[in-house]
Amino acid sequence: MPANFVPPSGVEYIRVLPEIILAAVATLIMVLEPLTPAPRKRALGYLALAGFAGALAGAAAAGWRTGPAFSGMLEVDGFATFFRLLVILAGLLVTLVSFPYLRREEAESGEYYALLLYSVAGQTIMVSAADLIVLFIGLEISSIASYVLAGYMRREKLANEAAAKYFLLGSFATAFLLYGIALIYGATGTTRLNGIAQVLSDPRMAPAGILTGTAVALMLVGFAFKISAAPFQVWAPDVYQGAPSPVAAFLAAGPKAAAFAVLLRVFMTAFAPLTGRWLAIMWSLSLLTMIVGNFAALLQTNIKRLLAYSSIAHAGYVLVAVTAHSEEGVQAAMFYLTVYVFMNIGAFAVVAYFSRKGERYVEIEDLAGLGVRQPVLAALFAVILLSLIGVPPTAGFLGKFYIFQAAVKADLLWLTVLGLLNSAVAAYYYLRLIVIMYMKEPGDSLLELPGMAVSTRAALWTSAAAVVVLGLFPALIR
Amino acid sequence: MDAIIFLIFAAAAVIFGINVVLRTHPVSSALALIGVMASLAVIYLLLGAPFLAAVQVLVYAGAIMVLFLFVIMLLNAGSEKKSRGAWMARLAGVPLLVALLTILSFVIFRMYPRSVGVKFGSFAAGTVERVGSALFTTYLLPFEITSLLVLIAILGAVVLGYKELD
Repeated sequence: MPANFVPPSGVEYIRVLPEIILAAVATLIMVLEPLTPAPRKRALGYLALAGFAGALAGAAAAGWRTGPAFSGMLEVDGFATFFRLLVILAGLLVTLVSFPYLRREEAESGEYYALLLYSVAGQTIMVSAADLIVLFIGLEISSIASYVLAGYMRREKLANEAAAKYFLLGSFATAFLLYGIALIYGATGTTRLNGIAQVLSDPRMAPAGILTGTAVALMLVGFAFKISAAPFQVWAPDVYQGAPSPVAAFLAAGPKAAAFAVLLRVFMTAFAPLTGRWLAIMWSLSLLTMIVGNFAALLQTNIKRLLAYSSIAHAGYVLVAVTAHSEEGVQAAMFYLTVYVFMNIGAFAVVAYFSRKGERYVEIEDLAGLGVRQPVLAALFAVILLSLIGVPPTAGFLGKFYIFQAAVKADLLWLTVLGLLNSAVAAYYYLRLIVIMYMKEPGDSLLELPGMAVSTRAALWTSAAAVVVLGLFPALIR
Repeated sequence: MDAIIFLIFAAAAVIFGINVVLRTHPVSSALALIGVMASLAVIYLLLGAPFLAAVQVLVYAGAIMVLFLFVIMLLNAGSEKKSRGAWMARLAGVPLLVALLTILSFVIFRMYPRSVGVKFGSFAAGTVERVGSALFTTYLLPFEITSLLVLIAILGAVVLGYKELD
């Protein structure tokens, strides 16, 4: 052992407590899986649920003892704790939605829950990373588990296609990110985020601008893929459509929020000295993402594809907050991502429930008459859709309000105007869902609609309640 | 002398790399990939990282390539069929590639006058001892979480390839 080496102290272990809990429970599930008879696989799901709950407590405990961990590889600060709690909560809600889904499809197994836990562990590592190496490994843990989850129903043709597409394009994007990291390491001689910022801001040490510019561009491509920003969004609709609905909910919530956290951290700390170079790119990226997402969503007839394009559009709104490049912008992005996670999981929970075995009913027209047959469910879905539009007093409205307020303060008038026009376009396709739900006569799709399982109900109620409560009391998380 | 060896093996790596993509039979591609790995190992050796060079040969050129060949032969994969590709790819592919290479070469030529030529062998931190102590002190956390990554890859292979869902 080298003389200058100090072993990690106890408090450093507390700072990685959520990761330890998630990984330990996931591994435990893998060990128990072959010992559990098929009818009792649900017990492993409950274990996963307990794991997520433990990790929430762990993240809170870690957030209470902020600071660096493991020779500065992780930085547990308020920002990291916020996103840790968010992605763990997303994992928990998705587990709840998965219970009845997996039972219905007769595909319940411990591996599903283990992959979910590992993926979330990767995301908590990502959001607290202070070093590009750790960031990259966390991103890969999260992504590889997501690729497998997307193809979990491997007898379904669409799921196979989704997983293959996601894996190939995702690996390609990862290669871009890695190439960017290699270049920035070559240019600055460090992979620490604050170390990079130090070298870049020092005029005596600053490397050739064109080299760092290339590195930033390559890394941005990698991140833009993960947040499904246009023009790197092509995978999203196909993957969300082919993946099982709970997994689609997960993909649009956890990995996306974590990728945004990483994007914010890297570009606001490490690449802060280069702001002038990347701001214009971010500007066009956000505008293009909003336009592509919203206008493509207008043409969809499949609910899952519609939600996929809507998720692209929402990534565009958050990118507006990133473009604002201010403390306020970061806060707006954090608020919006929280609200978005709830809205998205709520919407996909309805789809997971409504689609029936083999996901037969996923066309928009299938929703006809839902408001009459299932008034409570339809009302909750309507609340979530209204929040996706951004109607007050839902949290979706406040989220957009904060984002565009930050954009105006950052003198991004054109982006604000175009963004607002975009959200007006978005109102059309969300309202169409509500209209079909309430104004159309029930069709064949509503025959033999079973009752909603308790766990899905819990997830849906939580999401809808969160959307309303955060809309009324935004101070809870701001 | 160093520079000559470097040029030979750098060129070999590039040629083998292009070959990996151009060959239509997967076995030929895999064999060309061994060439890339071996050339890279020599470059690592020149840079003064003997441990990395050994690992490169043992793990990549050895273990992983054997696995690749096993899988290819197990699946009995034949020559790939050439598809015509999307019209966008055909139309924009070559111009975009040229643009990318132009930008990259511009970057390299702009950097060139500023950078000091690499003096091979001057770097001495690539020994097993130094790599090991870095891996288990500063880079302890990345090293440990890499094990999670490997575990997920195995788990994923089990889920997608082996387990019957019922």
